[in-house]
Amino acid sequence: MRPVVRQVAVRLGGALLVVWGAASCAFLVLQLVPGDPVRAVVGANALVDAGQREEIRHHYGLDRPLPVQYVTYLGHLLTGDLGDSYQLQQPVSGVLAQQLRPTAELALYATLLAVLLAVVVTVATSGRARWPRRLSAVVELVVVSTPSFWLGIMLLTLFSFRLGWLPVSDSGDVRSLVLPVITLALPIAAVLTQVMREGLLDALRSPFVLTARARGLTEPAVRSRHALRHAALPALTLAGWFTGTLLSGAVVVENVFARSGIGRVTLQAVTSRDLPLVQGVVALSAVVFVAVGTVVELLCLAVDPRLRGATGVKAA
Amino acid sequence: MSAPRTGPSPDEPLIDVVDLDVRFGEGTTRVQAVRGASLRLSAGRCLALVGESGSGKSALARSLLGLAGPTATVGAGRLSLFGRDALAFGPRDWRALRGRRIGLVAQDALVALDPLRPIGKEIAEPLLVHRVVPRHQAADRVIDLLERVGVPEPVERARSHVHQLSGGLRQRALIASALAAQPGVLIADEPTTALDASVQARILDLLGELTKAGTGLLLISHDLAVVEALADEVAVMRGGRIVEQGPVRDVLDRPRHAYTRALLDAVPGGGPPGAAPPAATGGAPILEVTDVVKEFRGPRGARRTAVAGVSFTLRPGETLGLVGESGSGKSTLARMVLGLLSPDSGDVRLDGAAWSGVSERERRPRRRALQLVPQDPLSAFDPRWSVARIVGEALQTAGVHSRQERREETVRLLEQVGLSAEHLDRRPLALSGGQRQRVAVARALAPRPRLLVCDEPVSALDVSVQAQVLGVLRELQESLDLAMLFISHDLAVVREVCARVMVMKDGRVVESGPVEEVFSAPRDACTRALLEAVPRRAHARHAAEERL
Repeated sequence: MRPVVRQVAVRLGGALLVVWGAASCAFLVLQLVPGDPVRAVVGANALVDAGQREEIRHHYGLDRPLPVQYVTYLGHLLTGDLGDSYQLQQPVSGVLAQQLRPTAELALYATLLAVLLAVVVTVATSGRARWPRRLSAVVELVVVSTPSFWLGIMLLTLFSFRLGWLPVSDSGDVRSLVLPVITLALPIAAVLTQVMREGLLDALRSPFVLTARARGLTEPAVRSRHALRHAALPALTLAGWFTGTLLSGAVVVENVFARSGIGRVTLQAVTSRDLPLVQGVVALSAVVFVAVGTVVELLCLAVDPRLRGATGVKAA
Repeated sequence: MSAPRTGPSPDEPLIDVVDLDVRFGEGTTRVQAVRGASLRLSAGRCLALVGESGSGKSALARSLLGLAGPTATVGAGRLSLFGRDALAFGPRDWRALRGRRIGLVAQDALVALDPLRPIGKEIAEPLLVHRVVPRHQAADRVIDLLERVGVPEPVERARSHVHQLSGGLRQRALIASALAAQPGVLIADEPTTALDASVQARILDLLGELTKAGTGLLLISHDLAVVEALADEVAVMRGGRIVEQGPVRDVLDRPRHAYTRALLDAVPGGGPPGAAPPAATGGAPILEVTDVVKEFRGPRGARRTAVAGVSFTLRPGETLGLVGESGSGKSTLARMVLGLLSPDSGDVRLDGAAWSGVSERERRPRRRALQLVPQDPLSAFDPRWSVARIVGEALQTAGVHSRQERREETVRLLEQVGLSAEHLDRRPLALSGGQRQRVAVARALAPRPRLLVCDEPVSALDVSVQAQVLGVLRELQESLDLAMLFISHDLAVVREVCARVMVMKDGRVVESGPVEEVFSAPRDACTRALLEAVPRRAHARHAAEERL
């Protein structure tokens, strides 16, 4: 059992390192942003005299030397305390916890839809006929190169304003999720399809597929039982990376569709220089990346037994 | 699971093919892979298809399964499989035939079985597809099958994946999967290539038992020794045509076609004996290996000794053969000689100076003195590089910096190994197996080494090509005064190029000495077992006994 404990320890250590790195980068970069943080706290038009400014500065610990601020920040981060938002006057952790649910919902459905679309399109277009593949390749290229805000606006125009099938903004019911999820999922599905189809065609050329066919398997069985699993490996790694980046995708989509969520909060925090909130979002996304990375690694192990338990040097 | 449950009547052939043509592509890109081939296979018989790679053997075999490929056109005067006209088959008919009537043992079990699935599932697949047994009985049947093909611990093995099995077990698993639905005919494509002599012998025994039990076997091989051991009849293919066909004794002992004779002559040790391999020309030893030991730590802290105290020396112009089963420590020893692994104890000296135990920084300038000829050059080359760049890179590290000089030197090296300037711009995939191995030799020669380490340099090649590459190596030995450490599991090849031979088992040298002495009067049981396992020697031995 000892190797397992060691592996978990190594992984946890790695995760801490990633979060620490991201938090430190965010801290340093935000110091480089010109301007006085106090203005962000009180707002641009507020009338405060020098004394009050000093008080605010002291309250947020901004009058202390930079290394001390950094260490205090890390110390707080360790205990899960992300500080108070300048603008909302609430603890950052509270704000994030409150906004996490809608974004997580969005990201989860988008990932599921993207994977589903990618698998279906891949299987449907990797047959012997060439035209479905060509058609799909063109559509994929268009979707990948379309900015997602524009895609969102187009979908809105068509389905909400013209046809009136779906609500324009967050109305609380499931129907309001449809368009944002599609907007987020389409570009991901397009890239995944490209990678998966390449993998599937490659797998279909491998000798073990000949063996499978020689056993009398039908073509769909050859694809689903043998080839697809091979195609899934590279796509899985890519899908994990995409899930991580969904947080930044949410910034665009949540604003276009006027949904609440982490993306919206991030945009507000950045534009109003709400430093603790920005740092909180950075720390959160680092944690998300680490978590998704771990999940993807476990899934890869499940798919490919060759990655399990390296047995050291191969016999001569 | 004894006699095949199929077949129209005992004397009617299971496979009856007349005038089979297989073409790939259309119009100008059309390639005719098989031209007018005719053959018959009956229950309990073994028909061998012999020929070089590219002669159309595999295309012919695949067309018997309707799997020649999407671009292939198959035409025939008659294509009768199990008494049915296969020319009229639709996809459903073919699927009912595949695996159920004709089983395929494809080439190279490592890639012919799905690496992501446990072998038990792979073996169960034909059972489930053809509904031979109900789903809940499939697992038991898989274990029976594994037992039948001689896999030890079948219950555990069924859960293993291909990469966890040795070459011999993989091949058995593949055979078990082809046998699962009890087909009347088995097509075995190079079933013993790249296996050790002793493992090879056990696989041949297994196939022999199957034919005795009534399975028709279509054996595809370029190894005439394997053919001699198994086949009742032989069809020799060249350029898509069957140039000679007949009972195995007639064809191999009294070949009528010139190509068959050429194939037979090319078998190492089979042709007229050439000059004896050169012995050491004297001088100080290039390589001195003293009591090297290497241990590896296993999965649960278990220690495995790969090399246990081996010593030898190698002088200029001398070739030392290193033989043994896989797992005997040959490759580990070679890696220590190459300075890629450091021995746990003992030492290696190159050109009289310490080679093991010094830092890589000190070793690097001296690396030019020894070079590796790999087993599979295709995977040892960058597939996107041209021959000029592959050899040129080695020249550059050897200090030839001018582009013009590099090109001239590359051509000189290519000519030395029997290629020419026209191959400069080819990429590895556009070369034949023999040409690739020559390029690998040219690359190894580029830094003007004094010692070549050849790791199974010809085991992946056809016999006739093998002979050419061995010829190149022998010429180089003499003209360049090269020392060679020649690793092989093919004893006939070792006999052809080596003056001295060392037999390894479980990390120890069990026997060593002049090659003729070791081979004619082996003292160790392991050497004898290796020699007996070589199928091509069986016939020669019988002949010798008859003469006595």
